[in-house]
Amino acid sequence: MVSGAGASHIGSALSVIDIVSVLYGRVANVAPDRVSDPDRDIILISKGHSASGIYAVLGNAGYFPLEWLDRYCVDGAPLGGHVTAHGIPGVEFSTGALGHALPYGAGIAISSKRDGNPRKVFVVLSDGECQEGSNWEAAMLASQHRLGNLTAIIDRNRLQILAATEEISSLEPFADKWAAFGWEVVEVDGHDHDALEAAIGGEHDRPRVVIANTTKGKGVDFMENSVPWHTNSPNAEQAADAIAQLEALREEVAR
Amino acid sequence: MRDAFMAALTEQAQKDSRVNLIIADIGFKVVDDFVAKMPDQFLNVGIAEQTMIGVAAGMASLGKRPIAYSLGNFPTIRCLEQIRNDLCYHDLDVTVVSVGAGLAYGTLGYTHHTVEDIALMRALPNMKVYSPADALECRAVVELLPTTPGPKYIRLGKNKEPRIHEVQPDLSTGAPVLVRDGSDVTLIVVGPIVTQAIEAADALAKQGVSVRLLTCPVIKPLNIAAIRDAAAGTAGIVTLEEHTLMGGFGSAVLEALAVNGWRIPVLPLALNDAAAATVGSQEYLREHNGLATDSVISRIADFTASV
Repeated sequence: MVSGAGASHIGSALSVIDIVSVLYGRVANVAPDRVSDPDRDIILISKGHSASGIYAVLGNAGYFPLEWLDRYCVDGAPLGGHVTAHGIPGVEFSTGALGHALPYGAGIAISSKRDGNPRKVFVVLSDGECQEGSNWEAAMLASQHRLGNLTAIIDRNRLQILAATEEISSLEPFADKWAAFGWEVVEVDGHDHDALEAAIGGEHDRPRVVIANTTKGKGVDFMENSVPWHTNSPNAEQAADAIAQLEALREEVAR
Repeated sequence: MRDAFMAALTEQAQKDSRVNLIIADIGFKVVDDFVAKMPDQFLNVGIAEQTMIGVAAGMASLGKRPIAYSLGNFPTIRCLEQIRNDLCYHDLDVTVVSVGAGLAYGTLGYTHHTVEDIALMRALPNMKVYSPADALECRAVVELLPTTPGPKYIRLGKNKEPRIHEVQPDLSTGAPVLVRDGSDVTLIVVGPIVTQAIEAADALAKQGVSVRLLTCPVIKPLNIAAIRDAAAGTAGIVTLEEHTLMGGFGSAVLEALAVNGWRIPVLPLALNDAAAATVGSQEYLREHNGLATDSVISRIADFTASV
């Protein structure tokens, strides 16, 4: 998919894919045959650059034909390098510029609460994205309105485009920052599906943030925790190697 | 105009619970009546314009009709990417409103001079742009909102602008609105600077130049055919706006005429391409930024004589 496209963000896709699988598959009240149901939960992908990972999950869950994945980033194809709600079932909001989905999600959460609608809003953010100030504007507002129907899940892979987050503009103490903004904070292994389900699900009476500790490039040894693999796109040989490693992982999990 | 806007909006919100007024902590005493009548349709997000637009977009995705209201450049340039991506890309029914546009807050300095907004908003896909000249035009613009889907921008003046029209104009076609007829040259104005245009037209009449004066509160979509027809029989079109020349109303007219191949002489009068470092009243700043009334009068006279 990303090898054929020559467009990647593969490291970010692999770090977030477990979070998104759990969200769509286990936690949120969503289904491929109810994408326009007014009572569905709303999942927003703020880190739009992880599109290849999101689309892999949606395609496999039946939101659109799997063949779409083979035409990722092809001229005129539905699936491009950043998630878009335009014509893609299961995607609620088009992103690509960072720091947009949390305010948008807060708007949905405020209106839902006022309307007495029980829907929940889940926003998936990257950790580097939290350097965008708009997230903290929204964090303040969400706390002010005690938006218990809003959950942010942060893909804490600790890397951004050029280096580690902590080397550029430190996020730590990350959990304390969110707690200081009035959010309920849960930290979890972002690749453990059961732990993710427990952390993201359930009721709360104020906004919750799940800091999901992840590995960028998870599952492919030469991509893991590698700065260049934020932007690199695998060649055919690397892609074959990566797929073999991921297939081996899949078999291991199946056993 | 500000009070006219809020009164018209309040009436609309009472009839339509989807109308939500969202502010970024602007509107001291202005929003009180709205809040008293419809507290559940009001939200102050704090001094956070990016969030104001994002929240409005989220609400609109549920079928609400939010109005995002702030002052000067705050609801536009400060959160331009949110307007572009969240509103325009998704074609959401949100109306962005700026009070005090143009040089209305002249004494507050360049940060508060709202003189590039038409260009920026006009460039965005799906966006509609309105600039009423008086309270009646303002009410007419508000009445367009329910039947005009997608993102919209309203450029308001400040307050107490003189009334230009006798009756509320019909803006449904976007055609320019006649203020007074004339035969030598057509002057089309957007916004409260129409008062200066009236002054200029009076002075030009004394010089024997008959000015046909119109306002054009609907800037996008621009009804260029109606503008062409409005100028029929005159030497050409002069546009006047309290906005920078680049990308403003005059630009819009010139682009649309060129695209249609209609060769009508146009003189676009607008502010200088300069960040005004001086402060002063609206009139003072017009004078020091390319729109002194004397100069407007002489340029219209020269243009009329030359074409």
